[in-house]
Amino acid sequence: MSYVIIGNSVAAVGAIEAIRKVDKEIRITVISDEPYSVYSRPLISEYLAGQVKEDMMGYRDPSFYEKNGVTAMLGKRVTAIDPAKKSVKLDNGEEIAYAKLLIATGGTPFVPPMKGLELGRVMTFIKMDDAKHIEEMLPELKHVVVIGAGLIGLKAAESLHHRGVKVTVVELANRVMAAVLDTDAGAIVQGALEKAGVNIITEDTVEEILGDNMGLVNGVKLKSGEALDCDAVIVAIGVIPNAGFAKESGVEVNRGIIVDDHMRTNLPDIYAAGDVTEGPDYLNGGKRVMPIWPNAYIQGKIAGFNMAGVDREFEGGLAVNSIELFGVPVVTAGLSNTESDDLEVLSSVEGDTYRKIVLRGSMVVGAVMVGNIDRAGLITGLIRDRIDVSNMRDRLLANDFGYIDFPVELRKERLGVS
Amino acid sequence: MKRVYAKEEVCIGCRLCEVYCRTEHSKSKNIIKAHKKEFPRPMARVLVEELRPVSFALQCRHCDEPACVEACITGALTKDESGRVVHDEAKCVGCWTCVLVCPHGAPQRDLERRKIAKCDLCPDRETPACVEMCPNEALVYEER
Repeated sequence: MSYVIIGNSVAAVGAIEAIRKVDKEIRITVISDEPYSVYSRPLISEYLAGQVKEDMMGYRDPSFYEKNGVTAMLGKRVTAIDPAKKSVKLDNGEEIAYAKLLIATGGTPFVPPMKGLELGRVMTFIKMDDAKHIEEMLPELKHVVVIGAGLIGLKAAESLHHRGVKVTVVELANRVMAAVLDTDAGAIVQGALEKAGVNIITEDTVEEILGDNMGLVNGVKLKSGEALDCDAVIVAIGVIPNAGFAKESGVEVNRGIIVDDHMRTNLPDIYAAGDVTEGPDYLNGGKRVMPIWPNAYIQGKIAGFNMAGVDREFEGGLAVNSIELFGVPVVTAGLSNTESDDLEVLSSVEGDTYRKIVLRGSMVVGAVMVGNIDRAGLITGLIRDRIDVSNMRDRLLANDFGYIDFPVELRKERLGVS
Repeated sequence: MKRVYAKEEVCIGCRLCEVYCRTEHSKSKNIIKAHKKEFPRPMARVLVEELRPVSFALQCRHCDEPACVEACITGALTKDESGRVVHDEAKCVGCWTCVLVCPHGAPQRDLERRKIAKCDLCPDRETPACVEMCPNEALVYEER
């Protein structure tokens, strides 16, 4: 009897920690194609910036596996699942039997077809090895083009800028972080990037990556016709669920692996969690892919409890993003940039400080804060707990919004004060 | 586990809890040096909210399933065996994800250190400094 987890990032850790809360005995095997013990993927930008060394990248102590009785099979790739035999097949031919299986294989960069992708120094930026690869070539990089102004693209741009590399970010939308920020917030963030010296081109895209006679990148051609010289290209358009092998093995996959509110897939004893899934959505119902770190931990935890026989329901994923770029903190929660007739927006802009609250009826369903983000979690808590804010509406935009603004009974209940 | 609870009916908003929290979390543990001589200045991990006539002190609730621990991207926040939510400053990079997810708004940004500051329940003391030094006994440390 063994629980097998494919993948070795945050969803796997969430599952292991949950399983061990209720079952100290069952064997757990983790299989990952990466050779590293669990590390913080979001920290690769700090690593590339030279701000965090490799030995500080661990998401858990190196003793994590031993302490939790986990057999870690690192540097091994799962190629197929055999649901009938209840085993997984590795790239070296080995077969591992499972009593219960968790697929937590995360995401993989989305790279749309374009000319020149085969050239040297066309890269993506989501894993440790990506960061190391870029770091190694730093001495040769003078100008890098980043395709995509999402979280990953902008963090990559900031890191390279810290290392003295000139960066141009090319974004198809009309602003940075268009998935989560509206135009007002996007303009503040873009202003901070440009002030620092990062070149941002919006409403354009790379049509072709150009190479020299050595097969290395030496420029890009944009859709607008403009051409830019550069030494490398980072494709940071987005990530998509890494679900190919699961699909071939009979697991139901739409955009991601379809999971129910117990993180179960369509196949018996096979669960999935994290960026690979398409799971229940908290605010809009239905299912969606939500490749976000905290969501992956929570899904992993729910999967782990259910695998271990403890019935725990997933409330649904709530999108939360926190990023700081050149000293400007930006947080978003929930429906931060959705336009719909049933949503009401409260917002205030003061210089480089922006605060936006999105309401649906008497409940908060979204928020954005730029510049001053202190105690943002109070608002996230209102969203998460579906609290009626009729009595505190007027205070939601205040930068010093606090528990003091809550109705007294609700405050006492939340603080556990009798 | 024992937690700190506020009695807002008797809190007078004097903010001595903040003063003694800073002192307890300073290098010198001396009230004058902590406030006048230490740079960066230590952060208070307790926060007084005030809207006259109501005031109360708030610190990390050390939740049973802490949203901050689940969301922390570096593993700097953990829940230890005693139930405390513990913050490893060496691992914190100031990503502020905990600030965004804590429903109580408890983690504070320490902008000079680029890390968060949060209540550790004063591991070197039997009773947290804020509780012990509150002149009006508006904070209690107890199991509920």
